[in-house]
Amino acid sequence: MAHAATAGRVPERGLDVYTQKVGMWVFLCSEVMFFAGLIGSYVVLRFGAADTWAEPNEVLNVPVTAFNTFLLICSSVTMVKAFAAAQEGDQRGIKVWLLSTTLLGAMFLGVQVYEYTELVLHQSWEGSHGFTPAAGLYGATFYTMTGFHGFHVLLGVICLGWATIRAWRGHWGADNTHGIEVLGLYWHFVDLVWIILFTIVYLI
Amino acid sequence: MATIIAEATGQAILSEEHEQSFLRKYIFSTDHKVIAIQFLIYTLFFLMIGGLLAMLMRYQIAWPARGQLPLGGIFPESMVASGYILPEFYNSLVTMHGSVMVFLAIMPMLVGVWANYLIPLQLGTHDMAFPRLNMLSFWAMVPAGILTLASFFVIGGAASAGWTLYAPLSARPDLTGVGLGQVMWLAALVFVGLSSILGSVNYITTVINMRAPGMTWMRMPLTVWSLFITAILGLLAMPVLSAAGIMLIFDQTIGTSFFLPEGGGQPLLWQHLFWFFGHPEVYILILPAMGFTSEILSVGSRKPVFGYKAMVLALVSIAFLGFIVWGHHMFQSGMNPMLGLTFTVSTLFIAVPSAIKTFNWMGTMWRGNIQFHTAMLFAIGFVAMFAIGGLSGVFMASTPVDIYIHDTYFIVAHIHYVLFGGSLFALFGAIYFWYPKMFGRMMNEKLGKIHFWLTFVFFNLVFFPMHGVGMVGMMRRIYDSTGYAHLQGIEDSNALMTWSAFVLFASGFLFAFNFFWSLKKGKKAEANPWNATTLEWQTPSPPKHGNWEEIPVVYHGPHEYSHPDVEDKDWLAQNERPDVPSPAPGSH
Repeated sequence: MAHAATAGRVPERGLDVYTQKVGMWVFLCSEVMFFAGLIGSYVVLRFGAADTWAEPNEVLNVPVTAFNTFLLICSSVTMVKAFAAAQEGDQRGIKVWLLSTTLLGAMFLGVQVYEYTELVLHQSWEGSHGFTPAAGLYGATFYTMTGFHGFHVLLGVICLGWATIRAWRGHWGADNTHGIEVLGLYWHFVDLVWIILFTIVYLI
Repeated sequence: MATIIAEATGQAILSEEHEQSFLRKYIFSTDHKVIAIQFLIYTLFFLMIGGLLAMLMRYQIAWPARGQLPLGGIFPESMVASGYILPEFYNSLVTMHGSVMVFLAIMPMLVGVWANYLIPLQLGTHDMAFPRLNMLSFWAMVPAGILTLASFFVIGGAASAGWTLYAPLSARPDLTGVGLGQVMWLAALVFVGLSSILGSVNYITTVINMRAPGMTWMRMPLTVWSLFITAILGLLAMPVLSAAGIMLIFDQTIGTSFFLPEGGGQPLLWQHLFWFFGHPEVYILILPAMGFTSEILSVGSRKPVFGYKAMVLALVSIAFLGFIVWGHHMFQSGMNPMLGLTFTVSTLFIAVPSAIKTFNWMGTMWRGNIQFHTAMLFAIGFVAMFAIGGLSGVFMASTPVDIYIHDTYFIVAHIHYVLFGGSLFALFGAIYFWYPKMFGRMMNEKLGKIHFWLTFVFFNLVFFPMHGVGMVGMMRRIYDSTGYAHLQGIEDSNALMTWSAFVLFASGFLFAFNFFWSLKKGKKAEANPWNATTLEWQTPSPPKHGNWEEIPVVYHGPHEYSHPDVEDKDWLAQNERPDVPSPAPGSH
């Protein structure tokens, strides 16, 4: 057992992964359960009251949201580019791609605000004016799910903005990529959730 | 980022005692030990509040027609009128006693206090993986506590739909007369969820990535194992409750109808979501207690834990089964009987790992050199009370029996045998056991033993008769049982339970006195007053900021007592004597 004494002071690592990344994965497990709760409820409620659901495109503006989905997918690509640039120590690349990701995320939010405004002010629902969270289960589930997703995007954009500011201060580089990678994990998760939500809320 | 990474790996905070302002050191501290003590003070306060609510309930149950509530005058007219507890206020008491005890007292005391305090110390690391998130997880509890207390004083009073908050009762303010109070309760719940999730992320990451050299998974103390498994349960169950709670807030406030049948919603969905959280929650409330008990029994018996691996596997299987049994809370909700049967079977399975643990505790004590100090008494008390609570759990796992005893005081007896006789006994044991490490002083043994015996005797006098009044048919949330023909003749039982409850509550103040008196006047504690093997005892009491001068190296399992190769003492610390093989050859 003598060799153990000379094993040095390196902590016993369960995973060969740095701590922040483990933490983010663990946190995302929790997020999965949060959205599973919302999506599971959506499925149960929709099966229980299928006749109160509107047809796709009847109330929601699917083309606009499809464009918005495209923006979010692009932002995942730019996030990957930002991480790749950081790994190579490409300072200009880090700035450009982090800024693009931030802007694409902000644009997604902008389009969502536009979409909500249009729905509340100009869309009609079952004869009455305005499609609000109080508009049956359809409205309630729509706003709850997309709203909580939007909240997650907002948090992501705030963190991305902060990371971008740090990029201009020269904070990131080949020896300091962890923050971008961990933020990227979160951002891809938010993107993935949106693809599921877009499918079940808007398309089917 | 660099500083965060440095803190996370423990590099920057090694052992140099840098000067910190009072605010940084005691209020907005990122030191896991300070956060644990903050949680401890917080939860002891809410334990008292929850107990006070229970005393008011007990008064009403014993003497529903008497009025004359002592000090009734200090309550507003909306709660107590001319000495009578009003029915609406009684409903609030029932609801808030359960909520406060579960969410603000027992759960944060089991996890917030001990996961924070023990995980870094027992694993031999400087601090949690994310100290600032850790601080946030305490401060998220503060608004939860304020909202809960304040909700008593808003128009309509505090939430009164039961701690399970079944819709539509909880979703429509006009049904209970409680509007704002209910929303505040739910908002508090969301904060508790946030705190719990942040804490869990921290605990899990720390256990996975921050163990001292040599601290392999199978050398982790059972306390850490139990807290780790508990954190996984919290991580996966709390967000579902948060999602459900937010939907319920929307039903209350912005006119949605998730859980309201008139709008197409489904009240049963609330029950499914609540119990999908709620059943893992009951294991969140007992698994850490099992961990503390295993550890204290081993130290107090001077023997290794009997069947360490079986104990770990039992924890894991209880946690797994805990996620697939939630329907057993809903046998009376009109579910398909076939589905009820599957939930019965999966629930009965839980008796297997629970029994493994119970027999292993007895095996740990068997022919041990038992030291009857207060912590040990509480741990033994835990085993006995948990056995009773566990057995009555088997009754209600079985659908036909459950239909008979559903929503009676039999259920109340069961929950209190596991939550008070189980969790709280183990928590008292844990406080007596780790107090010297936390504060550097011993608690008074004589007072501690008096506290134990008062608690043990009067706990049983309060809750054992509840099985009986439950079998007679007394309903669990009833305001006045005297009006029912089938409940004639239980008044004396109820009065006995109430008087016993008063003594039980009073014994809590004996504990509180001991706790605060010992802070200043207790006997100075050495680093290792119990001659225990785990790492936290191998550093000074209380440990300094950063815990260790030098990160320890681990050579042994967690509970090496009476090792045959160690002659001079009956314990072998995890970080000493690399030459001694462990576990001892021929043992286990």
